[in-house]
Amino acid sequence: MDHQHKPFAITLDVGSSLANQTGTWRTERPIYVDLLPPCNQACPAGENIQQWLFHAEEGDYQAAWRQIMADNPFPAIMGRVCYHPCQSSCNRAEVDEAVGINAVERFLGDEALAKGWRLDPPTELTGKRVLVVGAGPSGLSAAYHLRRFGHEVTVRDAGPMAGGMMRFGIPSYRLPRQILDGEVQRILDLGVTLELEHKVEDLEGALAEGFDAVFLAVGAHIGKRAYIPAGESAKILDAVSYLHDVETEDEKPMLGRRVVVYGGGNTAIDAARTAKRLGAEEAIIVYRRTRDKMPAHDFEVQEAEEEGILLKWLSTIKHVDDGKMVVEKMALDETGFPQPTGEFEELEADSLVLALGQEADLGFLDGVAGISVEDGVVSVDGSMMTGRAGVFAGGDMVPAERTVTVAVGHGKKAARHIDAYLRGAAYQPEGKHPVATFDRLTTWYYADAPHQHRAHLEGARRAGTFDEVVSGLTEESAQFEARRCMSCGNCFACDNCFGVCPDNAVKKVDIAKGYAIDYDYCKGCGLCVAECPCGSISMVPEE
Amino acid sequence: MTTPETTDLADQAGFHHGVVPDVLHTEPAAAPVKFYQVGSFAVGNRLLPLEVRSVQSDPNRTNALTSGHRACQGCGEALGARYALDAAMHAAKGRMVAVNATGCLEVFSTPYPETSWRVAWLHSLFGNAPAVASGVAAAYKAMGRDDIRVVAQGGDGGTVDIGFGCLSGMFERNDDVLYICYDNEAYMNTGIQRSGATPPAARTATTQAVGDEPGNVFGQGKDLPRIAMAHEIPYVATASVDNLHDLEAKVHRAMSMKGARYIHVLVPCPLGWGTASSATVSVARLATQSGLFPIFEAEYGEVVSSVPIRRRVPVEDYLKAQKRFAHLFSPTRRDDVIERLQAQADRNIRRYNLLPQGDSPEQPDLTDQPPRHDPAFTSQTLPTAAEETSH
Repeated sequence: MDHQHKPFAITLDVGSSLANQTGTWRTERPIYVDLLPPCNQACPAGENIQQWLFHAEEGDYQAAWRQIMADNPFPAIMGRVCYHPCQSSCNRAEVDEAVGINAVERFLGDEALAKGWRLDPPTELTGKRVLVVGAGPSGLSAAYHLRRFGHEVTVRDAGPMAGGMMRFGIPSYRLPRQILDGEVQRILDLGVTLELEHKVEDLEGALAEGFDAVFLAVGAHIGKRAYIPAGESAKILDAVSYLHDVETEDEKPMLGRRVVVYGGGNTAIDAARTAKRLGAEEAIIVYRRTRDKMPAHDFEVQEAEEEGILLKWLSTIKHVDDGKMVVEKMALDETGFPQPTGEFEELEADSLVLALGQEADLGFLDGVAGISVEDGVVSVDGSMMTGRAGVFAGGDMVPAERTVTVAVGHGKKAARHIDAYLRGAAYQPEGKHPVATFDRLTTWYYADAPHQHRAHLEGARRAGTFDEVVSGLTEESAQFEARRCMSCGNCFACDNCFGVCPDNAVKKVDIAKGYAIDYDYCKGCGLCVAECPCGSISMVPEE
Repeated sequence: MTTPETTDLADQAGFHHGVVPDVLHTEPAAAPVKFYQVGSFAVGNRLLPLEVRSVQSDPNRTNALTSGHRACQGCGEALGARYALDAAMHAAKGRMVAVNATGCLEVFSTPYPETSWRVAWLHSLFGNAPAVASGVAAAYKAMGRDDIRVVAQGGDGGTVDIGFGCLSGMFERNDDVLYICYDNEAYMNTGIQRSGATPPAARTATTQAVGDEPGNVFGQGKDLPRIAMAHEIPYVATASVDNLHDLEAKVHRAMSMKGARYIHVLVPCPLGWGTASSATVSVARLATQSGLFPIFEAEYGEVVSSVPIRRRVPVEDYLKAQKRFAHLFSPTRRDDVIERLQAQADRNIRRYNLLPQGDSPEQPDLTDQPPRHDPAFTSQTLPTAAEETSH
């Protein structure tokens, strides 16, 4: 500095402390990390939930919807029928209540249908042909992803309408048909060919048509039967056929005044609620164990009870006759298994619906070389491929949990492997980040925000109609709900690290890149790590 | 019985400073940011409108105390000083002089020939910062410059003990200075000796954890915010590094007033308190959430608002987090001492009305719709300084 120009009595030059690089003190350094949020980890369809909530928080619903669509072509359907394991694993449940992810997804899905958001058909076509057998959630999901990869996709289904179990298993009061039709049509609009009432009976023959790969997703449509002695005029039918007929027949099946449904799964609930809607005065679910052992989801049981469905626990049906049946009381043994007690009672009933599980109809695979069926399901490897090269399978016909979301996930996974197979490569999934566990969060920073509930039609009112039971969130409450997301393990630009650094060693870069540590001055105190709300900074030892 | 008549001089009831406004503030300086997710408590939020973001979230903040200073890792005072002076610079639109007492803050920031200060900054002695600041204010007044504001700052040693006489004089004369005390509860710079702000039972170099009553004795020390209130100066407030929005709002409110103003900021010291360097903010939070360090504002000697406790914790949680209180838990647990400290916290809670009220649950409110993908992430510039209304 020029001494001539110093103010009076100032003799020293002023140097900045920036000359003192305090970063040399450091023994540990903070680094920004992206962790796997538990919701994403739990999603059977592999959605990046935290990322689409991030967009929804900003009110950018289309970006949020497109983020879902990268993994799952059915946001509006998911938002109604998914059992949302994401919410069961949500870290916010330990603060107040889990984020209503499913409700926000439905809002986004409905918004897309209302606004007519679409995806562009693929621009580069590969010329490869893929046959998808079955137009259920798994088949349609695979067709959607395969088409987006640029393949030519044909979907064949034995039924008269697309949707599989989404149409023939899930009643319309849970999934209105215009929603289903809208989301299926959007897939077809990408250029997927759908051939209905075209049952594939002969796989070898279909293969000979020149398909380069096949994805089998025929589902499990055959209701399991149990031997129950019955009089000649007893009316017994299975739940799957019953729900199917409700959907397809002009004359709805009439079951009489009192209907008994036998079983404890979600299908039993659906059958009973449907019977009630079709005019049964009483619908009774008979189950051999107790309510807490029921495979049906608790909220479905609760909704059924609200509608006046009666539930009879610890009972098995021994004999059915015209107008009545004999039920034996059961008692749970020490292992929780029901044992007969020898006590019997009579139950008045006009018909019996069996909801004892479903099996896949795999007759068309008989004699197909390489494909093995075990325990009624098709064996597949880690890439969803059967023993036959180029033939993949997914959904209810392979060993897995049988839900729409799992099926959709199979479709995506299989599509990726089929795409790689068609390109002569192997699909390598990206490595997963470590999970963002609750202990990494600093929950102080999350303001109390009550969970926004979706309204339900009143039980007594809804039992007489097929109107949708659960209504959607308004934009206001959907955005509020999205903003309850704690963004576990992923920076959401709260500026805490930028603020709490006593050494001014955190820089804001930009909204996409977030923040950067200035290691010239970072002393490694760890305050940014401790005060990061979402746990997206870690301390690592200096080398 | 006669009813006491209201005197015409009721509005001049302030015994030192003449006119007391008819109406004091009834709302706390920090209006709660009505925003779910983290907007109410975190430093910033990409979804918040610019005008309700904190000064610290602005990439163009003053950075009054910049990188390269020699404060320990996780220094609460360095953090508190930047929070406070950046807010003051924001309020003063950059026209501000800071006077610094001797102490850690001066020693770690300005060893010859370097300084970390990026504000006009003046240091004289340990005990005379309030007097020097009074002089600076007087000088500007004499020069007819009423646009330049004066802030003085020091640690608890320089404020509560050594500079106390000068500070009381500055208050008494109602000099136009905002004095900010960064309280880390001992003389840390010279090796953790007890100060008048050291809490009872705390171990320091001069109050060792020995004898029947280990650590600092009960019944001594000074509550400087209350002493400042007794001077009936226009504004007295407490704040803590765990509540940035409140701290900044108080600095802004203080800067909007004239006369002597005092803000007392809790700044944990990892070295002196025996805490991890990463725990500076969280231990401050335990201090405020236990009630041991009440957060309030007072005008003309009257408490006008306080920040309620949000998630109340027993004082034990706060004490256990610090090695300076380790002797209360080992080798023998001193329930008698812990209970006395809890009683202090309980008294604060009663005295300042800190009873937990919880967050008032926020409801959907889209009136705060921000621009999407805020481009201001890197170039945030707050419109203008807060309005400078004379109180």
